[in-house]
Amino acid sequence: MPTRDMSSRISVDGVGKSFATEQGTLHVLDNISFEVADGDIVAIVGPSGCGKSTLMNIVAGFDQPDRGSVRIDGVVQTQPNSRGILISQAGSVFPWLTVQQNLMFGLNGHEHGDKKQLADHYAEMVGLKGFERRYPHELSGGMLKRAELARALVVKPEILYMDEPFSALDALLHLRMRNELLRILAQERHTVLLITHDVEEAIHVANRVIVLSTRPTTIQTTFDVPFAHPRKLSGAPVQELRAAILRELGVDSYSS
Amino acid sequence: MTGLKRVLPSVIVIALIVGAWWAVVVVSGSVVFPTPWQVVTGTLELMRDGTLWQHIGASLFRVGTGFGLAVLVAVPLGLWMGWVKGAYITLNPLFQMLRPISPIAWIPIAILWFGVGNMSPIFLIFISSVFPMVVQTIAGVHTIEKRYLRAAANFGVSRATLFRQVVIPAVLPQIIVGMRIGLGVAWLVVVAAEMIALRSGLGYLIIDSRNAGNRYDLVVAGMVIIGLIGLLLDRLMRLLEGLKVVRWRYAH
Repeated sequence: MPTRDMSSRISVDGVGKSFATEQGTLHVLDNISFEVADGDIVAIVGPSGCGKSTLMNIVAGFDQPDRGSVRIDGVVQTQPNSRGILISQAGSVFPWLTVQQNLMFGLNGHEHGDKKQLADHYAEMVGLKGFERRYPHELSGGMLKRAELARALVVKPEILYMDEPFSALDALLHLRMRNELLRILAQERHTVLLITHDVEEAIHVANRVIVLSTRPTTIQTTFDVPFAHPRKLSGAPVQELRAAILRELGVDSYSS
Repeated sequence: MTGLKRVLPSVIVIALIVGAWWAVVVVSGSVVFPTPWQVVTGTLELMRDGTLWQHIGASLFRVGTGFGLAVLVAVPLGLWMGWVKGAYITLNPLFQMLRPISPIAWIPIAILWFGVGNMSPIFLIFISSVFPMVVQTIAGVHTIEKRYLRAAANFGVSRATLFRQVVIPAVLPQIIVGMRIGLGVAWLVVVAAEMIALRSGLGYLIIDSRNAGNRYDLVVAGMVIIGLIGLLLDRLMRLLEGLKVVRWRYAH
């Protein structure tokens, strides 16, 4: 009984969320609705503390909304599952497993040999060939992110939920990981919902940018990003879009 | 720092204490309290007639058995209590109440239940080491970082996989800490337990040496050996911290 247009992979419909605090009820999300089509890449930007991560947790099934609903392929999202993998800023590569064991972790119902082969294939795809037997504490921050990305990709999820995935990395690595992600998304079809505070990252990766307001958070504006990949970030159209999004966020970028 | 530079200060301190001890015994002219040399000759005497090895063997056997049983009980129990909230709420108050009771207080009951033999000290060792290990294991489960449990939930793995690949390895470093504490307590307790009525073990050696002719050289020898073996056991437990599966915990 899907009620939504079936071309929508993710349908967020009137989602609201409040938290009880010592100061009273905190209204975080207020009536958020948007759709993400299959294979689309949508970024969500917003001021800090506006509830971006709360929204992501709800969409990915880790939390339930107070009002409204989230549907994945028309089915109400009640709990997390491997059809959509969450990659968050803190990272969750298991430190007690090797890279290979981490990549094999989510592979249920495969023969052991197949698991190994798949794991090694994705390790290579993210540039971790030769590091399969290493433990996470033996890897650099960037390699750890690659391992996390590979672990998500190996289960072939329809959706990648990315919550500030590369924010802990330095600027150069951050840019490199974005390029890496785009390269992979050109090879493998995934629907991506990306949360970021970095407007440049949003424009670089996404086809659409949703700008959230301050609390109680609603969708303030949505921008299309009509540029083909690879995108030239320094070009005038990209910079104009960036300035427009920043203005929505209350930042004037025309100082230079 | 080189190895020698590292151990030098503690070697100097021990040498000073031994020197002071020697001087005090000589100056006071005590006939009962031994000089360090008398302790050495006493130890050699015990080594030659073989009784030292028997006493050490008896103590290690009791500790090994009691501590081994405690590990077998404490780890599953701690994992269960840490994971299942109902089990924690139900059993934790009982454990908190039993934990502060000194194992020494159990001696009369141990003798009542198990008589005078190997079972009594084994029971006392079990009682003394099981609680710290249960508590550490529970704490280990409770402090597993949420992000790892969320990742496991995200990949939709079975309960068996969750335990085998996430919960147990995440808690393992804490279990090892618990084992170190447990073994330390066990070694303390075996000596006390053996002082009561047994005919073997390092605790018995100490009490027997005093009772049978004020052989304080052997009393001190027993103490030194207990200290050395305790140190050795702790070193052995620390080797576990170097295992590949737990090194992540100490690497950052």
